[in-house]
Amino acid sequence: MNWSNIITVYAKELKDSLRDRRTLMSMIIIPTFVMPALIFGVGKIATTVFSKARSEIPTVMVLGGETSPGVVAALGDSKKVNIVPTAADWKQQISDKKIRATVQLPVNFERDLAAGAAESVIIYNYDGELKSGFAANELEKFFRTLRERAVATQLARRGLPATLIQPFETKRENVAPPEKVGGNLLGGIVPYLIIILCFTGAMYPAMDLTAGEKERGTMETLLCSPVARVDIVLGKFLMVLTSSLAAMVLALTSMGVSFAVGGAIFSGGGAKVAVVGKVADATSAAASSVMPSIDPAGVLGVLAMVLPVAVLFSAVIFTVALFAKSYKEAQSYVAPLIFVVIMPAVVGMLPGIELNARLALVPILNLSLVCKEMLSGIWHWNYIAIIFGSTCVYAGVALALAVKMFDREDVIFRA
Amino acid sequence: MIEARFLTKSFRDKKRGEIFAARDVSFRVEPGQIYGLLGANGAGKTTTLRMLATLLKPTTGAATIAGHDVVTASTQARAQLGFLAASTALYGRLTAREMITYFGELNGMTSAAIRARIKVLADELDMHEFLDRRCDKFSTGMKQKTSIARTLIHDPAVMIFDEPTLGLDVMTARSIVKFVRDCKARGKTVVYSTHVMSEVEKLCDVIGIIHGGRLLAEGTLAQLREKTGEQDIEEAFIKIVGMEDAK
Repeated sequence: MNWSNIITVYAKELKDSLRDRRTLMSMIIIPTFVMPALIFGVGKIATTVFSKARSEIPTVMVLGGETSPGVVAALGDSKKVNIVPTAADWKQQISDKKIRATVQLPVNFERDLAAGAAESVIIYNYDGELKSGFAANELEKFFRTLRERAVATQLARRGLPATLIQPFETKRENVAPPEKVGGNLLGGIVPYLIIILCFTGAMYPAMDLTAGEKERGTMETLLCSPVARVDIVLGKFLMVLTSSLAAMVLALTSMGVSFAVGGAIFSGGGAKVAVVGKVADATSAAASSVMPSIDPAGVLGVLAMVLPVAVLFSAVIFTVALFAKSYKEAQSYVAPLIFVVIMPAVVGMLPGIELNARLALVPILNLSLVCKEMLSGIWHWNYIAIIFGSTCVYAGVALALAVKMFDREDVIFRA
Repeated sequence: MIEARFLTKSFRDKKRGEIFAARDVSFRVEPGQIYGLLGANGAGKTTTLRMLATLLKPTTGAATIAGHDVVTASTQARAQLGFLAASTALYGRLTAREMITYFGELNGMTSAAIRARIKVLADELDMHEFLDRRCDKFSTGMKQKTSIARTLIHDPAVMIFDEPTLGLDVMTARSIVKFVRDCKARGKTVVYSTHVMSEVEKLCDVIGIIHGGRLLAEGTLAQLREKTGEQDIEEAFIKIVGMEDAK
């Protein structure tokens, strides 16, 4: 092994790859802009859609309102809903989104309420439909207030205090520091993104530097030089690894900056913020709690744990792509590997899956789980050691295989 | 000097069993001599030359390049070798200068030596105009000149050409033929493989006719004419190959 030759090959491959649009896309552009696009783009769209739905006054229908005109009038006066005349096809109208919900009042509801013995009020909505949900919420809120007022009236009539039915209140307060909250919120998605970006970062240069070179005829040119094949493999491999790590570091940096900037924007904006599928009202305080902060030690831990995985990915993709005669053929071999990578990464995101000694030996899944823990501030050093050690072994084997494959004539000169 | 002794390369094929791409190929080329390896497509020329260039390992037999064994001292053998073939392409995203510099570095040359050598080669090959342009924008002629400069950057003692004029236009092919002659004039040991008879007539001191992986005949043009009784090299070639096929 000659490090001077390895560096020469690496420097050339780096220069060459930085001039390749596909590599630039996978190594720099996508990792840098995917998080801001998710946070500001998708977040903004979600916020806009949510706000628009929220600002709409839902159209509702009241069934059985003839015997309770006071309640219907009060509901209409609340200005929170728009009451339309009753129709027989109200269910279809909800399905067609012509109305958002329907409330059915029992016969003589108003009279029975005054007597303190009213039957149930039924609210019909379309589950999973945002605007229908808002309409149902407004109706629930109205009838809850109506119920509380009725109870208070009944109590007052009997000379009893209003606190009788609610002698105390419960409040919930968070004791977890912001970085732990952030870790729990992002613990699932961050390792997933890192794993995918690590893989796609390595994918294009690995194919270009192996099958691409074979196809263009430059591999034979290179093999004629007085450089040992192991030096050529390592030089090329280091380039693939650089791309993989660059994609991951840029993604993490971009994510950190996005959250910092996003936090500042959202906490000052008084808007509504959507994060990881949850929507929250964003007053300044609420926004700062929604925009998660991550433990810097956790981020460093993730970086350290990702390194052997990046080596593993780079070596595996390099070896697989080496078999192909052309770039196109390499794509057909390498693309299915994404599913092999995604599956354990997705399993790691599932709630309830926890790290144990056995799972610590499963590549990718172990990284996903340990990253989730580290970002939440949990450090199981025994598992961390097993994961780091086992992944290093897998990476070493994959790299040795890459070197061996590069030395095989039937692979390099496959006709 | 190049010496091949009973070079044999066989491959395993699931259906056809053991296939011999080259079988007991032996020849010797002295410095200042051009050895022409003449054969049809699939005759075993490329396999033989790839073994000499250390790209393939011989199944049996041996060869030396400037005294270095192609198996046991392959790196040293490659350091003495310039290999130019239709299949040895250029890096499209590098400029001609970067391409040549890269191969100079791989040959262990210093930056100063590379710079000086590039100047000499660019003067000789008239490359200054496109030296700093990317190879993917080159015409065929420019590509060939850059490839030649790439093979000569370390001034190798031995040159191997594997069908270097394949697919080239007349003008570019002529420049390659001229370059091969220059190599001979500089005392380099040259092996030139082709299936173009006229190139063999123009260039080669010794001709080896290869067919079905075997070297069937070897000699100067005059010797081959005498042996076959044919004045035309193409007829002589057909006669030698035909005799083998008739066996």
